[in-house]
Amino acid sequence: MLLSVHDIHKTYQTADGPFEVLRGIDLTLEAGETLALTGESGSGKSTLLHLIGGLDAPDRGAILLEGQDIAVLDDNGRAAVRRGTVGVVFQQFNLIPSLKVADNIAFQARLSRQHDPQWAAALADRMGLGPHLNKYPEQLSGGQQQRVAIARTLAPKPHLVLADEPTGNLDEATAATVMDLMLELVTEAGAGLLMVTHSMALAERLSRRLNLRAGQVA
Amino acid sequence: MTKPALQALLSHWWRNPVQLFTLLAGLALATALWSGVQAVNAEARASYDAAAATLGEGQYDRLVRRDGQSMAQETYITLRRAGWLVSPLVQGRLDGVRIVGVEPLTSPAGVGPVAVAEGAEIGSFLTGRGQLFANAETAARLPDLKVIIAPETAPGAAITDIGVAQRLLGKEGQIDSLIVLPRQPIGRPDLAQIAPDLMLQPTQGGSDIARLTDSFHLNLTAFGLLSFAVGIFIVNGAIGLAFEQRRPVVRTMRALGLPLRRLIFLMAAELAIFALMAGMIGVALGYVIAALLLPDVAATLRGLYGADVSGTLQLRPAWWLSGIAIALGGAAIAASGAFYQMSKMPLLAAAQPRALAMAARQRAKVQGAAAAVLLAVCTVLMFTADGLIGGFALLATLLIGAALALPTILSIALTAMKRTARSMTAQWFWADTHQQLPGLSLALMALLLAMAANVGVSTMVSSFRVTFTDFLDQRLASEVYVRTQDAAQSAALQQFAATRADAILPIQSADTTVAGQPTEILGARDHATYRQFWVFLQNADGAWDTTFAGETVLINEQLSRRAGLVVGDSVILQDTSFAVAGVYGDYGNPIGQVVMSEAVFAMLYPDISPQNFGLRMAPSDVVGFVANLEAQTGIPATQTVDQASIKAISIAIFERTFTVTTALNILTLAVAGFAILMSLLTLASMRVPQLAPAWAMGMTRRQLGWLELLRAVMLALLTALVALPLGLALAWALLAVVNVAAFGWRLPMYLFPADYARLAVFALLAAALAALWPARRLAQTPPADLLKVFSNER
Repeated sequence: MLLSVHDIHKTYQTADGPFEVLRGIDLTLEAGETLALTGESGSGKSTLLHLIGGLDAPDRGAILLEGQDIAVLDDNGRAAVRRGTVGVVFQQFNLIPSLKVADNIAFQARLSRQHDPQWAAALADRMGLGPHLNKYPEQLSGGQQQRVAIARTLAPKPHLVLADEPTGNLDEATAATVMDLMLELVTEAGAGLLMVTHSMALAERLSRRLNLRAGQVA
Repeated sequence: MTKPALQALLSHWWRNPVQLFTLLAGLALATALWSGVQAVNAEARASYDAAAATLGEGQYDRLVRRDGQSMAQETYITLRRAGWLVSPLVQGRLDGVRIVGVEPLTSPAGVGPVAVAEGAEIGSFLTGRGQLFANAETAARLPDLKVIIAPETAPGAAITDIGVAQRLLGKEGQIDSLIVLPRQPIGRPDLAQIAPDLMLQPTQGGSDIARLTDSFHLNLTAFGLLSFAVGIFIVNGAIGLAFEQRRPVVRTMRALGLPLRRLIFLMAAELAIFALMAGMIGVALGYVIAALLLPDVAATLRGLYGADVSGTLQLRPAWWLSGIAIALGGAAIAASGAFYQMSKMPLLAAAQPRALAMAARQRAKVQGAAAAVLLAVCTVLMFTADGLIGGFALLATLLIGAALALPTILSIALTAMKRTARSMTAQWFWADTHQQLPGLSLALMALLLAMAANVGVSTMVSSFRVTFTDFLDQRLASEVYVRTQDAAQSAALQQFAATRADAILPIQSADTTVAGQPTEILGARDHATYRQFWVFLQNADGAWDTTFAGETVLINEQLSRRAGLVVGDSVILQDTSFAVAGVYGDYGNPIGQVVMSEAVFAMLYPDISPQNFGLRMAPSDVVGFVANLEAQTGIPATQTVDQASIKAISIAIFERTFTVTTALNILTLAVAGFAILMSLLTLASMRVPQLAPAWAMGMTRRQLGWLELLRAVMLALLTALVALPLGLALAWALLAVVNVAAFGWRLPMYLFPADYARLAVFALLAAALAALWPARRLAQTPPADLLKVFSNER
């Protein structure tokens, strides 16, 4: 089992008082499996993705990633999970603007000491970024920037790829191209994919779909 | 993990050189201002220390003749034979150089050449074969003599064997004073028995010159502290903005797996390297500032107090270390808040520049509360502060409290402006200015402190000048002053002047201790001059009448404050008690003073005869009088000084003091202007998303540029309105608390509206100049960049 989530709870403090955004979520994901997380805004999709990615810690419950409960890890432990086992693709790309495309692609792999120049070059080629390796992110279009972000995520060969509305900022045609590439590469690598999306069309392209409503599996 | 993280962090500066420049320049300028002023102070103090070491000033008691004349060499021999461990000293001037003769075999350690330089022949020095020691600057002024370069020798002084000094100065067989060694044999005869014409001059615990010039140095130190405070705000602003701009990158790096601790360590190391570089640049810049100021400072101190300070600067190792420590410490203080925020920032916190405003709102509340507490403490201290520590605590709470309160004050003012605005453009302008406030507030705080320092120090120095000019009128009431060399000349002068001057006013003085305070006793002749010109701070009826009648005395403010004496109290002089009839202002005098009638003075100090005289006459008679005096009595014109020239010299000295303070004023203001420029430049990159909607709704880029300029000037104007009362409060604290605690006299405070108006214009100009470039850049932002704000592709 690649991922097993048990009875996850998460509450945020808001101006109107505590708001329980996740109320006992359970899910599993096998290696090579792709899962779409859908639901209305505020249903807790992104929060769940962040907890699985070690970006935040749950209040209660367990998140077993390859058998290790990451819910009990401290900041350093969660950082190690983020650089090694898990890769996250953000909606806002989150590239480092002062690094060139080639350095952005290699960045996470170098952090986790898993940098394979040949693999990074192959990824760049597959993503159509070859002519842009010496450019800075601001010189690229949104679609190109997201492709850099996906290449960066895949460069350290993560076992689990998490994607938070990866095509939310892209037009339809560009989104389709980016999505094709991501699915192709994730499948080739044998990694699991958990993707948050509002798009039913995109969700249908994944092997499973999980709909959240008010912090629970619908 | 470290290498790619460091590469990513450093690449930010590579891509944003203006931000790097801002950071380095902020740190370097803060260091430069601080170290420049400190270097001037340290250099001057080092000169005094060298003088003190050379002459034994402040270290050893001395024996001098009661009448201030030289003593015969036989007196020294008599004292040595009687068991007194004393060492002779001769001094005088040759070609403007102070020649000091010591006897190496009997002088205590530390008196004489501090370190015998290479090439010196000890034998020559000991046997009096004409070898002198001086620093290079002084040696150049004695081309006809063999001078060994000894860098630690006091500036303007040359040290030699006593025999050589006596020969060079034409004082064969004479000694000016005798240094009394600390350990004296028990049972030696009393001084009054073997040398009754000598008196013991006790050490004052420090160089006389240093004490005299402490006032000037305190001003410079206060300025240095204020400059440093301005610098810290600049550094804080630069570092805060640098952190804010990298917030998205920090979030990304953490999200990609870089642990927070490693990130903070790397950023701290990066900052330490920058601080080190900037500190070195700052010290070098400070050296340039100090080198430019030092000739003026040296001339001022020489003129004002007769203190000889080298006009050249030595780059001392301690100076490097303290400058770099200040840069590192300043950066650490400025960065600690940013690091704390980063450590507490949730990984998923908003990464956009808008977070700046959100976080600033939180900070503003804390800052406002801190300002309220500090200003409350300041108010209490205004009524209770006593002593130097209390005075500086008052200054610190006032300045920091006001600086922290500035954003709140500006926020209230801008909200009020927004409410009164009628057109949409005006409403948008004030609302947008309000939104800019968090990013600019640190630079505006720096401007506030710079302006307040300008107002405060200018008010203090100008008040000092006005008071001192009035004081000169009081103390230099006589039209001519004559110094005689001996009793015969004194008699000749009095006989010559008897029919030619309206009044002869002998000036005679003796040094003693009153109520535990070192005090100078003045004997004054009964004349209307004193009644007309001397101003009392406190007096009994008929104070002059009773004083000239020998019943009472008058004391200066210093003695009054230090000894707690007021009108009606008594002082004991030579076992005789006198009531105090009045207290007068005596600005610039470091010690106490008592004025008594000439007759009582003669009774108490029969050995002292006057050798300084003030002569009253019509100003038109002065030139003829001086010419005839030389012709008929042989008293040369060089021994006479007319009142006009003394005043001219004094005013010239003040002008020079002003040159120094004006230079520092301009420098501080320029640095504050630079802070605004840097903040605006840094913010300019964040401005596009805010300006794009206004542009899209019909405002031209040119209009937007002009409004940017106007915004900077408006904020500077509002800051100036806060700075004026703050500066005046600062001046009051310096004059009424710090000065009194430090020197024992209080200066009246005068206001100089024209100076303040000029300063406000300079501040607005500085702000406008600072805003010009960023405004121009914004006005020339390509439409494509503005459009990108609305593009989904971004």
